[in-house]
Amino acid sequence: MKARVHVMLKTGVLDPQGEAVRHALGALGFDKVEGVRQGKVIDLDLADGATEADVKDMCEKLLANTVIESYEIEIA
Amino acid sequence: MRAAVVVFPGSNCDRDLAVAFEQAGFKVSMVWHKDSQLPDGIDIVGVPGGFSYGDYLRCGAIAAQSPICQAVVAHAERGGYALGICNGFQILTETGVLPGALLRNAGLKYICRTVGLTVATENCAFTDGYAAGEVIGVPIAHHDGNYYADDATVQRLKDEDRIAFTYVDNPNGSVADIAGILSENRRVLGMMPHPERASDEGHGGTDGAAMFRALSGMFAEA
Repeated sequence: MKARVHVMLKTGVLDPQGEAVRHALGALGFDKVEGVRQGKVIDLDLADGATEADVKDMCEKLLANTVIESYEIEIA
Repeated sequence: MRAAVVVFPGSNCDRDLAVAFEQAGFKVSMVWHKDSQLPDGIDIVGVPGGFSYGDYLRCGAIAAQSPICQAVVAHAERGGYALGICNGFQILTETGVLPGALLRNAGLKYICRTVGLTVATENCAFTDGYAAGEVIGVPIAHHDGNYYADDATVQRLKDEDRIAFTYVDNPNGSVADIAGILSENRRVLGMMPHPERASDEGHGGTDGAAMFRALSGMFAEA
């Protein structure tokens, strides 16, 4: 099984890197960009028997810091 | 008095922290990240600055899961004293021993310079050697020192007098100018600035030394 985890800063948490990307896009002439949020994608190769609940546990314990980040799990 | 200083792969302030403890009269043991227990009879554990595990995933995230950190958490839960500086502060928030998290600096730049800190409370063993409101000069050296906690948590920190230090001139975007916070029992301090780098004449400033002297004085009396 493969799982893909998307980790993003929560809404309301300032994302200075996303902000910097937005500024850079503006400087390149892309003037219709109103906001940029930057996150990460983590791909997991899982052995047979692994479940989505296991991945959720991994997110809660390590992959995301739920104080500042939210996550979404995609099972392929 | 006995202190332990944790060493992770990528720690770079472990020796500075050990020397600061030693100069204040502590006998210091260095503890490797793969050890699963702290030495018996220590009065305080120091979690030093650096880039533990290369700051992979998030600053302090991997270190927080290491065997020694489980021992540090257990030590704190038993009411033991702990001091986390810079990466050590990030690690203590990742373990949940301290609330909140450290984000990328608002200005996105790594900042390395001496800043003014206001001692926000003198009501803990760490700041007993200062007067509340006193301004001290202590170096910062971080890229991810932007303290964040939700409004309710920040209000709770204020109400419980758990903000130990604030920045005079906020360099990194930290909420409420927070530079360092205390645990609920006031025995764990996490801070981004480096008092161990301002504890010897050769450092160009000694404003951090009072923290180690105050700790030493308290444990000597105990």
